[in-house]
Amino acid sequence: MSPLLAALAPEAVLLVTALAVLGLGVSIPRARNAATSLALVGGILSAATLRFCPGGGVFLGGMISLTPLAGILQLVVLGLALVAIVFAADSFPDAHFAEALALILFAALGMMLLCATDDLLMIFLALELTSLPLYVLAAFEKSRQAPAEAALKYFLVGSVSAAFLLYGISLIFGVTGTTNLHALSSFPGPGDPLLLAGMVMVLCGFAFKVAAVPFQLWAPDVYEGAPTAAAALIASGSKVAAVFILAKFLFGGLGPWAGSMGAPGWAPVLAVAAAASMVLGNLAALVQSNVKRLLAYSAIANGGYLLLGLASGEPASLPAVLFYVIIYALTTAGAFGVVILVEKSRGGSRLEDFDGLSKSSPGLAICLLVFLMSLAGIPPLAGFFGKFYLFATALENPGLIWLVALAVALNAISLYYYLIVLKHALVLPAPDGGHFAAPAPTPTPTRALVAALALLVLAAGLFPNLLLTPLTRSLRPATAAESAPACLP
Amino acid sequence: MILNATFLAAFLGAALVLALPERWARGVALAAALAGLGFAASAFSGYDNAPGAPHFQFVTQAPWVPALGISFHTGADGISLALLVLTGIIAVAGVLFSWNVAHRPRAFFAFYLVIIGGVYGVFQSFDLFLLFVFYEIVIIPKYFLISAWGSTNREYGAMKLTMYSAAGSALVLLAILATSAASGAHTFDLLALADPSRASFAPAFQAWVFPVMFVGFAVLAGLWPLHTWAPTGHVAAPTAVSMLLAGVVMKLGSYGALRVAMTLFPIGLAQWKFPIAVLAAAGILLGALVALAQRDLKFTVGYSSIAHMGFVLLGLMTLNLSGLGGAVLQMFSHGIIGGLLFAVVGRMIYDRTHTRDIAELGAMGLARTLPFAAATFTVASVASMGLPGFSGFIAEFTILKGAWMAFPPLLIPAGLGVVVTVAFTLIALQRTFFPAGEAPAPPPLPPITPPEKLGALLLMAATLAVGLFPSVLLDPILRSFESPLMRTLIQGGPR
Repeated sequence: MSPLLAALAPEAVLLVTALAVLGLGVSIPRARNAATSLALVGGILSAATLRFCPGGGVFLGGMISLTPLAGILQLVVLGLALVAIVFAADSFPDAHFAEALALILFAALGMMLLCATDDLLMIFLALELTSLPLYVLAAFEKSRQAPAEAALKYFLVGSVSAAFLLYGISLIFGVTGTTNLHALSSFPGPGDPLLLAGMVMVLCGFAFKVAAVPFQLWAPDVYEGAPTAAAALIASGSKVAAVFILAKFLFGGLGPWAGSMGAPGWAPVLAVAAAASMVLGNLAALVQSNVKRLLAYSAIANGGYLLLGLASGEPASLPAVLFYVIIYALTTAGAFGVVILVEKSRGGSRLEDFDGLSKSSPGLAICLLVFLMSLAGIPPLAGFFGKFYLFATALENPGLIWLVALAVALNAISLYYYLIVLKHALVLPAPDGGHFAAPAPTPTPTRALVAALALLVLAAGLFPNLLLTPLTRSLRPATAAESAPACLP
Repeated sequence: MILNATFLAAFLGAALVLALPERWARGVALAAALAGLGFAASAFSGYDNAPGAPHFQFVTQAPWVPALGISFHTGADGISLALLVLTGIIAVAGVLFSWNVAHRPRAFFAFYLVIIGGVYGVFQSFDLFLLFVFYEIVIIPKYFLISAWGSTNREYGAMKLTMYSAAGSALVLLAILATSAASGAHTFDLLALADPSRASFAPAFQAWVFPVMFVGFAVLAGLWPLHTWAPTGHVAAPTAVSMLLAGVVMKLGSYGALRVAMTLFPIGLAQWKFPIAVLAAAGILLGALVALAQRDLKFTVGYSSIAHMGFVLLGLMTLNLSGLGGAVLQMFSHGIIGGLLFAVVGRMIYDRTHTRDIAELGAMGLARTLPFAAATFTVASVASMGLPGFSGFIAEFTILKGAWMAFPPLLIPAGLGVVVTVAFTLIALQRTFFPAGEAPAPPPLPPITPPEKLGALLLMAATLAVGLFPSVLLDPILRSFESPLMRTLIQGGPR
């Protein structure tokens, strides 16, 4: 077996699984459980390959670059895709169910490749491989008007930003003659205005994936209109991959071009986008009446926090940004899981649909408390440590104190809208005196997964080293002893 | 470890309350509260107060997140221990006064114990990260306790209180982050950051970070004019939560201000102490005057808390041993007395009469129908006025003595505040329980239950004991100001 194929074994397993699920869907259209099982088995097999036979090394001139850090991120995005597959069973309609799972798997494949490349062209290809299935997933309930409109919006904004990205890449290539990130980092700085334009255009392309201002318009409609499991994947896995590759692009490729306040570079651009995203996301979330829309504005705000971490321009902030985005993804996926279960029993995700949740299913209410308080940055949950770490490293750059002060203030405000949701879930009584209460909750896979995610968020908050140590260890320059031995001959 | 057992008992109790059947909830909560009080009291009695003994005892120190210099560092000096014992007493009394909670008791006591655990944690943390974690844990349960179990205007009161707390926390968080970045020491350990052998923080930095951090903490201590959350929150809260808020949560603010903001930034403190002392004196006088104007008995007590906490903040700003020691003693004293007043108003009276209007209560002949409540409120009022023999007297007297040495002009508003406090307390007491005309036929009310009597006796005994034997508390408190961390506060003292 060629070393490249051995290294890409997890991706290959995932691709075969996706095709198999697609085939199953075509041949036996109503086999929901079989399709889910097949997708899960394939996904777990891929994860096991990734975990126990990690392929290390750089192939095809940096097109594929499998570092230990990339391995961790691949495992995370794959795990989040599996979460979406489990959620899909409670959230997607019967028609074309297997195709939906296959699309989730294809998107996961794109995210995994996105985590494992050093080349701008490959970044573009992987981003498209991620985005196209997500567009289709967002449009899945095509019988209703709102989802169709949301998906169209998503597709149009996505296509425009992809065009920005590709045009930016071509400008960078035109000036430097390379698309490899390592080769780029040897260029001293964006003295050439063409290069500066290329850099800003690439940043625009990424801003779309992170849902940062001014490319955030799609997020609220898509989060609300897409099947909730698809929204969970868009909010979690896709975001982790995009933030990782953005960090790699900035710190790995454009490290010397960071600039500062007053000097041109990417750091000031990010600082402004971060401030705008935090302000818009947090303030708009205050007036939402649908929990999915609220989570979308919360995602915009969190995109702002992430950009803040990157805007310090210090490579030391990389573990903080990654820690934050991983925890954010786990938390927000869990919150969407709760939304799925509430939608299933109450038929909607408006605030009133959460009334009396603590009476009908107390466990679910506690999980929601954990997720939303983690998003609000309340200790001892992981979201608090994530924010603390992110802000602490951002302050390594003393010029960012204004941005950190803004972030801390807006974070205090964000507590308001999370508490409003929790007020409906934990304080208010169920409508009609509670006879509306759901039938006795049966332990479904979704319910178990939501509980597991809540425990994970709590554990990572009490013991941040669980996640922090692997991240920081993989960031150290690899020694010969540490480079993974080949698993297959 | 005995210190850590206090908050572990509370958190474990919260988990147990949720896990066990509903009928056991209050029993488990009482057991957890008693266990916490037992641990705190045995730590207090085990504290070695001999001249050569270390200032911080029962120390636990272990790395937590070494990559950021965060450690799990707990310990206690006399200040911590006094407040830990206070927390234990209030926790037990609060459970006794919530014995009648029938609406979702498991959730009630779970949230209640989480607050207790967080408070215990703050009073023993010597790592800024750890301290902030405990400090924040307290915020969220308050919201749910008030909005789900509260009374008047509860959702508004709960959200207002929570947002004020969150705003204060945001200031504290920003200051902690900036402090750690400015120190360059890669640590959040309070003792390491405040180490006198280390180069102190730049004066320009201290000039802005001290007020940010101090005000952040002082929001919770009811610093005028950021105090408005306290009366609305106290009034909306269920009895046990009013007791907790007035009894210990407000002390978190003054404790944090003293332990962290004042010790880390002596230069900033010197610059800002007079403006803050003026605000504190304004709080004493205006809090008392507003209390005088209230028609709602719980609002009267709520505003009296602002006045009493003003004494704490004024004492802190004197920067002499008398004022500082008095401030810590006042934290303890007001914790007990404030808790007692809210217990009488919220549980003994409001739960039975469903009104807190002083005129309406006066027409009910409460002195005859609820003699125990009347007696308890009389004792609490007398203690609150600062009569000798109760804890309030020695605390406020030493604070005024310290203020006389530091800011003689501020003695005028503070002294007036004392007079007005006597006035509104006596008026409230007289109009509520002993009105001039005789009530024709007082309506029968349910008698005071044994748990209420027990809780009231516990609190009355505590304020009397400290009033009669203040040195038991005051000696360890005063010795705490000799430690390397705290002694820089005393102006003109050894550096």
